[in-house]
Parts: sequence; structure tokens; C-alpha cells
Amino acid sequence: MPAVPTMPDINETKLRNATIAVLVDNEPGILARVVGLFSGRGYNIESLTVAPVDEDRAISRITIVTSGTEMVIEQIKAQLDRLVPVRKVCDLSIEGPHLARELMLIKVVCTGEQRMEALRLADAFRARVVDATAASFVFEMTGNGDKLDAFTALMRPLGLAEVVRTGVIGIARGTYSLKA
Amino acid sequence: MTPGEANSESQNLMSATLQTAASAAETMSGAEIVLRALKEQGVEVIFGYPGGAVLPLYDALFNQNAIRHILVRHEQAAVHAAEGYARSTGKVGCVLVTSGPGATNAVTGLLDALMDSVPLVCLTGQVPTHLIGNDAFQEADTTGITRPVTKHNYLVKDIKKLAGVVHEAFYVARSGRPGPVVIDLPKDILIGQGPYSEAPTAPHRSYRPQREPNAELVAQAVKLLKGAKRPIVYAGGGVVNAGPEASRLLTEFVRLTGFPCTNTLMGLGTYPSTDRQFVGMLGMHGTYEANLAMHGCDVMLNVGARFDDRVTGRLNAFAPTAKKIHVDIDQSSINKNVPVDIALVGDAGLTLKALLEAWKASEQPQHTGALAEWWTQIEEWRGKDCLRYRQEGSIIKPQHAIRRLYEITREGGRDTFITTEVGQHQMWAAQYFGFEKPNRWMTSGGLGTMGYGLPAAMGVQIANPDALVIDIAGEASILMNIQEMATLAQYRLPVKVFILNNEYMGMVRQWQELLHGGRYSESYSAALPDFVKLADSFHARGLRVTRPEDLDAGIREMLAHPGPVIMDCAVAKDENCFPMIPSGAAHNEMILGPDQEGGVKGVTDEGKVLV
Repeated sequence: MPAVPTMPDINETKLRNATIAVLVDNEPGILARVVGLFSGRGYNIESLTVAPVDEDRAISRITIVTSGTEMVIEQIKAQLDRLVPVRKVCDLSIEGPHLARELMLIKVVCTGEQRMEALRLADAFRARVVDATAASFVFEMTGNGDKLDAFTALMRPLGLAEVVRTGVIGIARGTYSLKA
Repeated sequence: MTPGEANSESQNLMSATLQTAASAAETMSGAEIVLRALKEQGVEVIFGYPGGAVLPLYDALFNQNAIRHILVRHEQAAVHAAEGYARSTGKVGCVLVTSGPGATNAVTGLLDALMDSVPLVCLTGQVPTHLIGNDAFQEADTTGITRPVTKHNYLVKDIKKLAGVVHEAFYVARSGRPGPVVIDLPKDILIGQGPYSEAPTAPHRSYRPQREPNAELVAQAVKLLKGAKRPIVYAGGGVVNAGPEASRLLTEFVRLTGFPCTNTLMGLGTYPSTDRQFVGMLGMHGTYEANLAMHGCDVMLNVGARFDDRVTGRLNAFAPTAKKIHVDIDQSSINKNVPVDIALVGDAGLTLKALLEAWKASEQPQHTGALAEWWTQIEEWRGKDCLRYRQEGSIIKPQHAIRRLYEITREGGRDTFITTEVGQHQMWAAQYFGFEKPNRWMTSGGLGTMGYGLPAAMGVQIANPDALVIDIAGEASILMNIQEMATLAQYRLPVKVFILNNEYMGMVRQWQELLHGGRYSESYSAALPDFVKLADSFHARGLRVTRPEDLDAGIREMLAHPGPVIMDCAVAKDENCFPMIPSGAAHNEMILGPDQEGGVKGVTDEGKVLV
């Protein structure tokens, strides 16, 4: 017999963050469908990333970071699951331990002592220098959102010029793997 | 062109000439592919309106007899007609409209079908693929516009995928919670040549709704139901969508358990209205006994209803002491508005069957004593006779008009289908017209679309040519799709339009009276047409009744006439629809009619913002 589905804690009114992985058919309009679902029903999107992930580019994996009460997050998953091109929906935040990473490129324009300080901090944060001129650096950095936020805050007084971030991607730890 | 390409092309040409006649016949025009797929899917009738982008499809329709095309007078009506066809038969309704305005006119109907879970496939024409995005004549971003109003939609850009898309559209429309599906067809795809493929037999790659409920949860539900002291069964449109067998199982379950049963607006007919265990419709204009039983129950079994706001009233006061069991084929309906204790995701019919079996297998005794006390309480509420009205004087009460229509059609014994428009007349029809079987009641519940009833009745009559089909209408709603009288005439559809004419948009007037100090802003139906002459001009019979003593004769004349009829029935202008749970109020805070006492509580400020 299949496992009895468990009910979400309906009395929980606290907001929580959820990192939801969605496997979808890589077809035109699928992203509009997902985004339209969120805007139409008033759900939050903190970040959203998408790219094809299989050999023949037929399946895309979307990672959505959202927040809501337990009931709202249950709704989000059920609403996503009933979209026709959606193959799998997985709430990484509750299915078990998972990794969440984000890529950031950050440009700092500075000279003199501030340059040295930026480099020292980059080293401490394991950010890589991917471009350098006499007056600027571009650092590349991966990590969870907090780490990227902390580094960005430290760069601000040193001449922070531009930030670009991918949004979070996530994957479960261990042998469990999400398949279409 | 490179030499290589030229080479391969001449090879293709050569192999094409070598092909046998049989395999050459596998290629056909896109329009022919669409029609063949529709036929394979069992489509017999398609409701549509032609235009430039769909001319190839109309050309293909011209050359065949398998599919009958019904020419409507407005694309919105095509969709409502297909809804009426689908709701009265359980089949997938089919619509064909052109690009641009054809598609945008269909949007209201599509959303109506989405909200009420009606299976439809709507084919829309589109400008040729190379013009998409160029603001071409009659171009619209149809898939973009219809995405939020359909269950799913497709834009076909490759003719090789066309047959597969049509088959998939029908599968999606009828599976799980049914709904409308749009297929956008660029003109070059309809003209181009491509292969046909039959409907796949393999399961769909991603969309496979759960139909069988979880057995462990069914056992838990039965345990809860057997232990109930004040139970109620609350059945909705999901039971209709699960087919007539589901209604039979519902009736069997309710009779076996001895529980009271209430229906939502969409569920009317799933349980026989004349049965003692039926406590009437629930919700905003539901009966006193149904709403108080919902409020006071200790175990609620919801089968195929979605805890809509018209049903629940104020959420934090909804059935406060009840353990709730929710049967729904759509996982996203679970815990959406009302948190429940046991969720049975599955088909309503299969779940009722599982519940019946588990109930019979369980040796746990029922609380028969408590159940008898519960019935005593319900009978006391029923004794209030909340739908009582007094027909006196020289003016016809609208409730009386519906009640007599019901009684006279019952005497006749014909299979009767009722559609409605939206407003007071709709609620009176729900309250005073009784239904014994499913699929006999077609109304716009979720979207509340004025102008739904006449085209829906058309679709019902096409599907049920020998049945009696009546559109119970208001004088304001009927004008929203009045052009369909021409369709009735063209196809000789003997639909009866029964207008409760109170010269007001009655429900708007009622809310203005109750919530806005009686300031009747723009709700008077000024400059109404002469409905008798209007019927005449559309080749139909027109009747007008103004006096109570003429009502029965008018109804009988309407029913006896073999063709379409408009009966304009002048009714009391200031009548309100009661009982009523004002917005923002709870089930036990109903406003009763002037003929009943007690229960009156005004509308709160929080309630005013609600619709």
C-alpha cells in the first residue's frame, strides 16, 4: 500500500522559506505558466532559476524560492503539480537536508588601500577574481544567499559598483535524486 | 541551397514517388488532421463561428458529414453552448472560433468553464506562423491571453505534432478535474500537409491525476463517520463530473448511513430533491436547515465541492465544531480555503464506492440515538419553512412563478433540463425547482456569467433533441446573449426562455437595498424591449403574463408550443431573495424573509468589502 499522505500543520501561521525544485517539459510558454501561476494567485517569488538539465534538452529544472505559511506552501506545490507540463515537484526544504547555492558576479571600482582590502576580503570569502583592471575587480562567488549578502555588504564601502546574482539552485544531499 | 541539400531533396522526391498509395494517404492537410482527430475523439457536434484564419477548417468541414457544425451568433455563446452540451452529456464540448476577436470573445466562456470544471476543447485560428508577433490583421496572443482562463493551452507550430496535440487536449480536458483546453492553430499549419497519428494508448508522460483514493484514509474516514453524532454530507459538482453512477452511489451512501445531505449550487441533482434526507441547497441563499446543519455538525463529508466562499460564509465561523473529510480529485482544492482533517484525493464515484465498501465491512456501530436526536433538531429547523412565500394580490411573486413552472413540468413527466442566467432568478430557480437526477441543471456558478443560460440551453437541446429545455432568465441577463435566438430559429431548437421580469438587475438592486441605503444606482432596466415582438422577429413564439391567474395557462402554452418560446413573466419588482447569509457573516447569522422571524443580523463593515 502506498504511504498515507501526511497533512501540513494547518495551525502553523509562521512564514517559512521553501526551496522548490520543479522538473518541467522544456517547451515554449512553460515559464510564463509558472510565473503566471505565482502572480495570479498572489504567491511570493524570492528567486527563480531555470535551465534544461537533460541530455536532449527536453526537461528543464526550475528552482523557486518562495515563502508562506505551511498551508500556502502546500497550495503552491499542489498548484504547480497540476500544470500539465510539470513532471515533478519537490520541496527541498522539507524532503531532507539539501544544498542551496547561488552564483554572484560583483564589480568593485576602487584604488589604493581599498583595492588591497577588497582582495583580502575576497580571499577570506573564497571569491575568485575573474576580471581586473587598474581601477576595478570583478569577483565571482558561489554560496548560500547569506554569504553573498555578507560579502556584498563588505564591498559597499570599498566601491561596490554592480552586482548580478543567479538566484538559488538547490539539490538534495545523499543518494536521493529527482527524476522526471 | 548547398549541393548537399539539393541532393537530399531530390532523393526525398524520388523516394516519395516510389511510395505506395497506402502510405502516401497518411499525409493530409492540417485541417483534415484536426477533423480526423476530433472524429476519433468522438466529437459529433462543434459550436463555432468562421473567420479568415479558420477558413481551411471550414473548408474541410464542408466536405464531410461526421461532425455537425452549429453556427452561433457570437463566440462567447459558442463556448457556453459547448458547456451546456458537455454538462448535460458528460462528453467533452467542442468549439471553433477564428483568430483575434474570435478568440478574445471566447475568453469569458473559457473562464466560465474553468471555474465550473467543464470539459471543453476550443480550437482558435491564428495568423500564419511567420506573421506571429507582427501585429498582423486579427492577430492576438491567444495562448498568452487564455493561459489563466484555461486548464491548458497549445500553440501548434509543427504540423507533425498536430494530431498528437489534439488527442492530448481531449485527454487533458476530460481527465482529473475537467476544464477547457485551447488549441491555437496558425493558418499555415491548417493548410500544410502532415502525417496523422492515432490517439496514444500509453499513459501521459506527466499528467496522471489520482483516481483511486488511499485505502488507509478511506478506513479512517469511515471510522470518523461511524462515530458521528451530528453528521452531514455536502455534495458538489465533482459528483456530477464523475458521471451518473457517482450520483447513484451518493444516494446509496446517504440512505445507508441515514445522514442528512445538502447540495451546492453546482451539485443540485446529485441527490434527489424530493427525498426526506435532502435538506436543500446550502450557502448564501441556501436553506435554513442546510446551513444550520452545516454550522452545527460534528462530522462533515464533502464530496466533490470546493468550500467556495458562497458556501462557507465567514471562514473562521464555518462549521466550527466539525471534523471535516474532503473528497476531491484536485489536490489543490484540499486545504485551499478550509483546513480539513482527512483528505481523500480521488474520483468522487470511485471514492464513494470505496467508502460504501468500507462502511459495510466495518463492524463499528453507528450512534443511532444521537443521529435520531440530530434529525429531530434538523426537522425543527426545517419547520421554519424558510422558503415560504405568500402569493397574494394581483402581482406574481417570482418564487411562485418558478414553483408553478416546476410543478407543471413535473406533471408533464418529460425529461427536463434547466439552464439559468445569473442573479435573483438563478437563486430562485435553485431554491424552487427540484432536481432528481444529475446533468439536468446547468448554471454559471463560479464565474457568475450573465448571458450564460440561453446559449447553454442551445447546447443542451442539441445534445438532447427530445428533451424539454428551459432557460430560466432575468430580463437583464437575457439581453446579454439575445442574438442566439437566431441560432434557435436556424436549427429549430425548441428552447423555452422563461423570463422573470422585474425590470431590475434584481440581485444588484437587492444588495443596494441591503448594503447601500436603497440608492439604486444604475440597476433599473430602462428601455426594455417588447419581448413578445422580439420573439416574433426571431421566428419564435412570444408570450407575456402579468396576472397570477394567467400564470399557469401561460406556462402550459409555453410548454405546448413545439418551437422556441420567450415567455415574459412580469413579477414583483421589490422581491428579495431569502434566506440570505450576508457577506462576512456565518451560517447561523442568516437573514430570513419577511414571512419568517428571527435570525436577522445586518451586514458588518468587514462584510461590505466582500462580493
